[in-house]
Amino acid sequence: MIAPEIVERTLAVALSRGGDFAEVFAEDRASVSARLDDGRVEELATGRSRGAGIRVVRGETTGFAHTADLSERGLAAAAEAAAAASTESGAAAQVAALPDAPRGPEGSGVAILPETVSKDAKVALLQRADVAARERSGAIRQVSAAYADGRRRILVANSDGAFAEDDQVRTRFMVTAVAEGDTGLHTGTEAPGRTLGFEIFDEIDPEEVARIAADRALTLLSARPAPSGRLPVVLKRGAGGVLFHEACGHGLEADLVRRDASVFRGRVGERVASPLVTVVDDGSYGREWGTFAIDDEGTPARRNVLIEDGVLTDYMWDLVRARAAGRPSSGNGRRETYRHLPMVRMTNTYLLPGAATPDDIIGDTEYGLYCVALGGGQVNTATGDFVFGVTEAYLIEDGQITEPVRAAQLIGNGSDALRLVDAVGDDFDTWAGTCGKEGQGVPVSSGQPTLRVAELTVGGTAS
Amino acid sequence: MSEATLLEVVRDIVEKAAPGEQVEAYASHSVDTDVKVFEGRVEEMAVAESGGVGVRVVVDGRLGYAWVGSLEPDLVAGVLDEARDNARFAAPDEWNDLPTGDDARAVPVADLDLWRDDLAAVPVTDKVALALSLEQTAAGLDPRVRGVESAHYGDAAMESAVASSLGVEAASRRTVTSCSVSALAGEGDGTRTGYGFSVGRTLADLDPETAARDAVERSTRLLGATPVASRRLPVVFDPLVTRSILGILGSALNGEAMTKGRTMFLGRDGEEVAAAHVTLVDDPTDPRAYGAAPYDAEGLPTRRNALITDGVLRGFLHNTSTGRRAGVGTTGSAVRGGYASKPGVGARALALTPGARSPEDILRIAGDGFYVQSVSGLHSGTNPVSGDFSLGAEGLLIRGGELADPVREVTIASTVPRMLLDVVEVGSDLTWLPGAAVGLTLLVGEMALSGA
Repeated sequence: MIAPEIVERTLAVALSRGGDFAEVFAEDRASVSARLDDGRVEELATGRSRGAGIRVVRGETTGFAHTADLSERGLAAAAEAAAAASTESGAAAQVAALPDAPRGPEGSGVAILPETVSKDAKVALLQRADVAARERSGAIRQVSAAYADGRRRILVANSDGAFAEDDQVRTRFMVTAVAEGDTGLHTGTEAPGRTLGFEIFDEIDPEEVARIAADRALTLLSARPAPSGRLPVVLKRGAGGVLFHEACGHGLEADLVRRDASVFRGRVGERVASPLVTVVDDGSYGREWGTFAIDDEGTPARRNVLIEDGVLTDYMWDLVRARAAGRPSSGNGRRETYRHLPMVRMTNTYLLPGAATPDDIIGDTEYGLYCVALGGGQVNTATGDFVFGVTEAYLIEDGQITEPVRAAQLIGNGSDALRLVDAVGDDFDTWAGTCGKEGQGVPVSSGQPTLRVAELTVGGTAS
Repeated sequence: MSEATLLEVVRDIVEKAAPGEQVEAYASHSVDTDVKVFEGRVEEMAVAESGGVGVRVVVDGRLGYAWVGSLEPDLVAGVLDEARDNARFAAPDEWNDLPTGDDARAVPVADLDLWRDDLAAVPVTDKVALALSLEQTAAGLDPRVRGVESAHYGDAAMESAVASSLGVEAASRRTVTSCSVSALAGEGDGTRTGYGFSVGRTLADLDPETAARDAVERSTRLLGATPVASRRLPVVFDPLVTRSILGILGSALNGEAMTKGRTMFLGRDGEEVAAAHVTLVDDPTDPRAYGAAPYDAEGLPTRRNALITDGVLRGFLHNTSTGRRAGVGTTGSAVRGGYASKPGVGARALALTPGARSPEDILRIAGDGFYVQSVSGLHSGTNPVSGDFSLGAEGLLIRGGELADPVREVTIASTVPRMLLDVVEVGSDLTWLPGAAVGLTLLVGEMALSGA
């Protein structure tokens, strides 16, 4: 993307007014999205963006500027601006010599680059999903389907001598179905995504995605309003990982810990969860939605154990927070685009399987809520309080899954929820989503086995 | 970058429209400054300039869209061809035609002064000083505040231009400034957070004192909060919460949702959907609104749109396409999330017409109830089709007309239609806030609170 000698000279400009650390992050991204609604392809859109963000760190101050102009002149101007923003002059770090070529994986590692696939083939997937969803039932009134792929090539270099690149390709398929019945209109959605090219459709069948979305909407037709109060909650495999992403993951991000905005501050080595709970964050795991070769600071992705058998083992780190603490980054420095500063972000965050069977967990629950799909959620990391929308759930009565319920929120506290996990299953699944933090969205996955939280507040609408 | 230059960029593109082809180009450019401080020092300082172009092409009713996140000529040059190619794959839709020059002249353009030249002259050191004083003030107001989670100053000078081969041409610019602070009160598990902010069009408009005081009050008054037992009770919304609730209403009164049948208000035009003293208006021509704008995202003049008048549903917000489909025409309500998306539909300055009662009066009228300071899970907890909603909430119980015990970890639930009909009081305290809606205190007769 940029010649090594230009990168080196840009780093030197960035440190020309002093500073401990400088970094150039260049990015070239292309995206395709297609959307079908009411049986018709509404829109095919393509986008392209390209540019570089430059930061200069001096003490605890970071100066940042970005440019869409990747010429040496454009980069130098941004480097000047970042240097000026990082405050007054002073001693400057030396720019370490960069390797002759950036380190990084050979190519994107995907089998079929989406850009080599015709737009016709992408659009055809939408039509298949539309038919499959409508075939499910005459009660399906509306179907929308969307296809999206993105290729993101990045190059990172810093004054410590890091010089790395990555070619990240992601593909996602989404179906939303609306069913109509006596209880009104109800919506079901399914949206799998992977860090893969078009070969994702060897694993993901558009018709199956459509059937899941349609069935979710149809289930809600016969659902009654969810109960309210404190109940045992069983989370089906895959469905509840996002709860742990919110409820404990964010509180384990070193930048929030540093700001004293985490209930987990100063608690490494302490028991913070049920002994059944082990949580890892792993940016190198498979080809999940949050997988990459290097993070957006050039650190290779790796597996980090955050909570082991209930004991807090470590936080997640980016370069700046790790430098201040005198330790290496954990590969969690990410940013939405070159126009954003990196910060500590999760990748693929998983609660690991245990020994119980899912059937036993449900059978052992006298009365509770069985959650099959959760919508979005949010957490206040300083207090640990979280809230989640439940999009598909059933009552558990006398150890049996009985009738579906709708319109519920789960509300609780992250620390409490971790302590209250009292059964962990031997199955496992993952879920793809976009994690938002301080206005930046990045692709992540979350995952867990079927498990039970002994008590959470369920806010339903049953009167 | 000047407005003239952006207009040149979009004119150059639409001039290349082929016979039988409708082309619209949108370009935007923004210069932003962001300062974050922490413990008396600048933590991050970003100065950035960005821009991009989005092109919509309609051929025989087929719509194609392409964008580029750059104003670099080599990248901009390819966008029109890309959008043309994309149009080949879309199904024809008779409602896709772009607005015409006549549409643009149908309504006068509001004369709005949203740009402050002096912002460009404000030295960076003043911006840093404001952020530092904001943090310091918040930290020093109350001994129960143990820290400041974040303190921030931001400004932006934004320009945009739209042109089309059908004769639309519009350019506008605005400046915005904001500062915000989040205070941490209490220790460990008892920690409570509170948020305060101020917005304006130049640095001098900002009121960091009030932002700091709000953050401190909102965090400290929640100290000792606990869940309370489930019950049904009157609920008073803080102006910030009312703004969020109006956001839900805005989505439900959106022409896109309406033409696709995805709204609880479908077919209810002319019906009583709210209590008689509820009047809801979206007026982007009011310069006090943060979302004020003379033109919508298609380059058509914005206008005042009454959505609910004295409790009766008067209509929906529309862009050109949804307005034609619905047979009522555009309401000048096209919005876009920037150059990377084609125009959709949305509110810019949604507001309830204020009533006569002050917030204190409203608490007295509520008697015993729940004052909601903040809600969470708005997106996940609301079904725009059925109107069911269930939100995480924190706030204070109201006892004998006064704020009393703090409450957390509860949910409040109702349906939007039921809540609208049950609005007891609309406050007099119109509060201009960032975002697309305006806040005030609101009293709803009864909602379900779920807690311990």
